[in-house]
Amino acid sequence: MKKKDTNVAAMCGPQIGEGGKTGDWRSLRPVISHERCIPFQKKKSACFLCWLYCPEGVVKAGLPIEINLEYCKGCGICAEECPPKAILMVREDKS
Amino acid sequence: MSRVQIMTGNQAAAIGAVLSGVQVVAAYPITPQSQLAEIMSQNVESGKLHAEYVRVESEHSAMTVCISASTVGARVFTATSANGLLYMHEQLHWAAGSRLPIVMCCVNRGVGAPWTIFNDQQDSLAQRDTGWIQIYCRNNQEILDSVIQAYRIAETVYVPVMVCYDGFVLSHTMMPVEVPDADKVRAFLPPYVPHTVLSPENPKNLNPVLFPWKREDTEGVLCDGYMEMRCKLQTALDRSREVIAGTSRSFADVFGRDHGGVLWEYRTDDAEIMLVGMGSLASEATMAADLLRSEGIRAGVVGIRAFRPFPKEDIRRALQKAKGILIFEKSISYGFEGGLCSEIKAVMYATGKRAPIYNFIAGLGGRDVKSGELAEAAKSSLAELEAGKPERPTEWVNCG
Repeated sequence: MKKKDTNVAAMCGPQIGEGGKTGDWRSLRPVISHERCIPFQKKKSACFLCWLYCPEGVVKAGLPIEINLEYCKGCGICAEECPPKAILMVREDKS
Repeated sequence: MSRVQIMTGNQAAAIGAVLSGVQVVAAYPITPQSQLAEIMSQNVESGKLHAEYVRVESEHSAMTVCISASTVGARVFTATSANGLLYMHEQLHWAAGSRLPIVMCCVNRGVGAPWTIFNDQQDSLAQRDTGWIQIYCRNNQEILDSVIQAYRIAETVYVPVMVCYDGFVLSHTMMPVEVPDADKVRAFLPPYVPHTVLSPENPKNLNPVLFPWKREDTEGVLCDGYMEMRCKLQTALDRSREVIAGTSRSFADVFGRDHGGVLWEYRTDDAEIMLVGMGSLASEATMAADLLRSEGIRAGVVGIRAFRPFPKEDIRRALQKAKGILIFEKSISYGFEGGLCSEIKAVMYATGKRAPIYNFIAGLGGRDVKSGELAEAAKSSLAELEAGKPERPTEWVNCG
C-alpha cells in the first residue's frame, strides 16, 4: 500500500524527475561532436555556454560534456549558443 | 470597547480588514471600491495597520500578489469591482486551486459594455465557478462582521472568500455600525496557519503539472492527479457550509450579532409566498413582504447569504412550505434566466414538491429598486401562482 497524498494543494519536493520524464516531449535531439567542442579539445573547463544556457539544467559541464536525454526537451538553445556549432539538432524520427 | 459609528459600507469593510490584522494588501482602485482601497492605504501609511500595501498596475497583478503573499504565510486582503474582478478571473481560479485563504471584497457593480459604474451583481455571479466562497451582505454592519468571519472561514477550510456588497447602495451609503473590540476580534480570529509552510528548509514545487493519472513521486508517495485535487476543492466547499454556519454562531456568541450563516429568513413562519434574493435586494424585499402582508398576502423573505457553497439543505427547509417562490436578482445568465433562479429550481427538484418558481430581474446597472415595485411585481404573478402555472417568462422589473 502506497502512502496517500495528504497535501491540500498540489505540490512535490524539488527532486529530479518530479515533473515526469520530460525527455519524451522531444522531437529534436541534440547530438554532440566532441571533436568540435572547445572544452573537450582544450582538455580544460572553458566555454560551457550549453551548460549555462540550458533552461532545464540537463547539461553536465564535464570533459566531455553530457546531456541527460531522459529530461532534455529538445529546445535547441544549446545548439544555438554553441560557438563552434558542436551541437546539432537531429530529428528523432530520422535518427 | 465596542462603539457605534456612522460609516459607509467601504469604511465598514476597511475596519473589518484592519481588525482582522491583515499583513499584505494589494489592490487596484476601481469605482465603487476605490474608497476601500484608499482607506487601507491610509491605514498602512499612518502606521495604524502594520501591513505592506503593494501598489499594482492591474487587478490581475493584485490577485497575483495576494496569492504569493498568502503562500508564504501572510494574511492578505484585496478588493475590486466589475471589470476589475473580471480581469482577475484567471487568478481567482489559481487562488482557489492553490487553496489559499485570501479574503476579497467585491463591491458589486454592473459589467461593461455599455459602461456603467452603478450596482448590480453580474460581476461576482460571473465568478461562480472559480472555487471561491461567496457571501452577500445586506447592510454595512454585516459587511464589517463578514470580513472578520471570512478570514476564520477561509483559514479553516483553505478556500478563498469573496465578501460581496452592493456598490453605492451599501458602499457609499452611511449607516450606524458597531465597531467590535480589537482584542475580542484577535481572540475570535487566531493567527493564520498556512496548509504548507514554504521555507528554504522545506522547499516545495507548488502547483506542478498534474497529469490525468495518479503518479508516484520520488519519495514513493502516490500523488493525486488533477482530478483528485479538484475533488478535494469540491469537498472543502461542501464542508464550508457547516463552517460558515458555525462561524456565524460563534461570532454571535462573542459579539451578539448573528447574520444568519448561509441564509436568513424574514417572516417565513406562516408565509405562502417566498421572495428570494441576495444582498441589498433581499433586504429591500423584506419591506416588500411587509407591504404584501398589509394587503393580506402572507409573504416572507429568504435571503441567500452564501451563494457558494450553495446552501441546498437550508433552502429546501426554508422553502418547503411555500406555495409560490419568487426569485429577485440583479444579474442574469444571458440566453436563459437569472442564475439564482435556476439553482433554486435545481435544489427544489429533489424535494418532489412543485411549487411554481418565477424569476424577476431587477436593478441592473443601478436602476433604483423600490420595495413597492417588488411588491407590485410579486402581485402581478399571483394569478398564475393560484392557477399553479409551473413556468412564467422571466420578468424584467421596471424596464422598458
